[in-house]
Amino acid sequence: MIHQYKLNGYNIVLDVNSGSVHCVDDVAYDIIQLFCEAKDHGEPEDRVAVKEKILAKYSGRDDVTPEDIDQTMADIDELEQQKKLFSEDIWEPSAGVLKERHTEVKAFCLHVAHTCNLNCEYCFASQGRFHGDRAIMSLETAKQAIDWLVANSGDHYNLEVDFFGGEPLMNWDVVKQTVAYARTLEKDHHKHFRFTLTTNGVGINDEVIDFTNKEMNNVVLSLDGRKEVHDRLRKFIDGRGSYDEIVPKFQKLVKARGDKEYYIRGTFTHNNVDFTEDLFQMAELGFDRLSIEPVVCSPDEPYALTEEDLPEIYHQYEILANWLMEREKAGKPVVFYHYMLDLEGGPCIYKRISGCGSGTEYYAVTPWGDLFPCHQFVGDEQFKMGDIWNGITRQDIKDDFKMCNVYAREECRDCWARLYCSGGCAANAFHGTGDIKGVFDYSCKIFRKRMECAVMIQVAKALGDLEPQAEQQR
Amino acid sequence: MKRIKTIQTRDLHKSITEGGCGECQTSCQSACKTSVANQKCEKSL
Repeated sequence: MIHQYKLNGYNIVLDVNSGSVHCVDDVAYDIIQLFCEAKDHGEPEDRVAVKEKILAKYSGRDDVTPEDIDQTMADIDELEQQKKLFSEDIWEPSAGVLKERHTEVKAFCLHVAHTCNLNCEYCFASQGRFHGDRAIMSLETAKQAIDWLVANSGDHYNLEVDFFGGEPLMNWDVVKQTVAYARTLEKDHHKHFRFTLTTNGVGINDEVIDFTNKEMNNVVLSLDGRKEVHDRLRKFIDGRGSYDEIVPKFQKLVKARGDKEYYIRGTFTHNNVDFTEDLFQMAELGFDRLSIEPVVCSPDEPYALTEEDLPEIYHQYEILANWLMEREKAGKPVVFYHYMLDLEGGPCIYKRISGCGSGTEYYAVTPWGDLFPCHQFVGDEQFKMGDIWNGITRQDIKDDFKMCNVYAREECRDCWARLYCSGGCAANAFHGTGDIKGVFDYSCKIFRKRMECAVMIQVAKALGDLEPQAEQQR
Repeated sequence: MKRIKTIQTRDLHKSITEGGCGECQTSCQSACKTSVANQKCEKSL
């Protein structure tokens, strides 16, 4: 399968099954397109007809000669022999086996607090309670969760724990003691814990900053961008916006963090489809590692994204790509999470087929110690898989998630982005279609646009077009 | 090749034998929490 597109002056050809990426000129682009059309009809390409069409289209160009077209076709043949163009899908028959490779646990989303000091309207956790009672995880439960993770992690060395909520800073002592406890297990069990903290920022103080910057591999800081956008939905219980209170705290934490990883993480809704303005605002505030996500909510909500929003969302992603490239050329790079694509050092085929690992190697743990496939299923009792004292008692749910790979969805078979998204998010699929193996088309459309932009940036980078001097030479 | 530039990418066919260690980061832990392309292979870090 081939995906071709033109963006920002680059003609890009993706060979889906091998992961190969080619940047071609107009002539090669058209020849490959004609070859694809023939293959789509199950016919060998008529090379004489292809040559005639190309010569007719480029009749005004001296460099497009019959010999030149023959050479380009020979180049295409060579790439096909190298399995970098028109490569076959050899993964589907073994998709289940590939996913079986590792099903031990390696990551927890630890819900240390089902309560929150903000009252954000769009929160999928419903003010942190996940449609249940307010609750705080005890240290005993947190330690048992760590013990269960270690005991069920097989030969995994790297284990991950994200402190999540609700608002995890509302149970800060347990967070600190859990980290300290986990560290005591590392040497004897040959494990390495990587901790993440996701916070709304209200509870940040100097002590939180010091501990976080010492112990947390990554920090996710919730900020929606412009003050009026942020304050419209991210409010205190009394209705006040939270922007003025949290921004200075985030700035202080990030400044003290040095080179360690963090993300300013926003949500865009129907109210701010012009979300690049929010990313620009984040950069104005001095942040250089950014992420902004489409809101996850019922389509009935007034801030829900609509089908009519999509063209503008696509446009915004292109604006964003251009802005990031300009920043790179100016020597002031900004990282945008979804454009952070490593073509050479990206995920292997096992990871690409099996996806995020929810329900198999990644679980959410509630304050009571119950296990759910991921944080977005917490509160939906039909997805309760067991608990940290008795382990997984609903093997049927685990089996369902195990089969939730990229080839479990009919629609994914024809999608060029399937080995980038791995079939997408099971929670999004469930909330959008009622089935974890469903396809939530809206998310797919946004994902594909992001991937086109991300690949284009990587192509520009690989060609040396984003070097600071490249701009000066023009 | 005059009209085609191939960008260096990870060889997915080779990754059958060299991949699958499972030590990479769980994608949903990294930033967005709501919606694997952006992951790095642990061996490339």
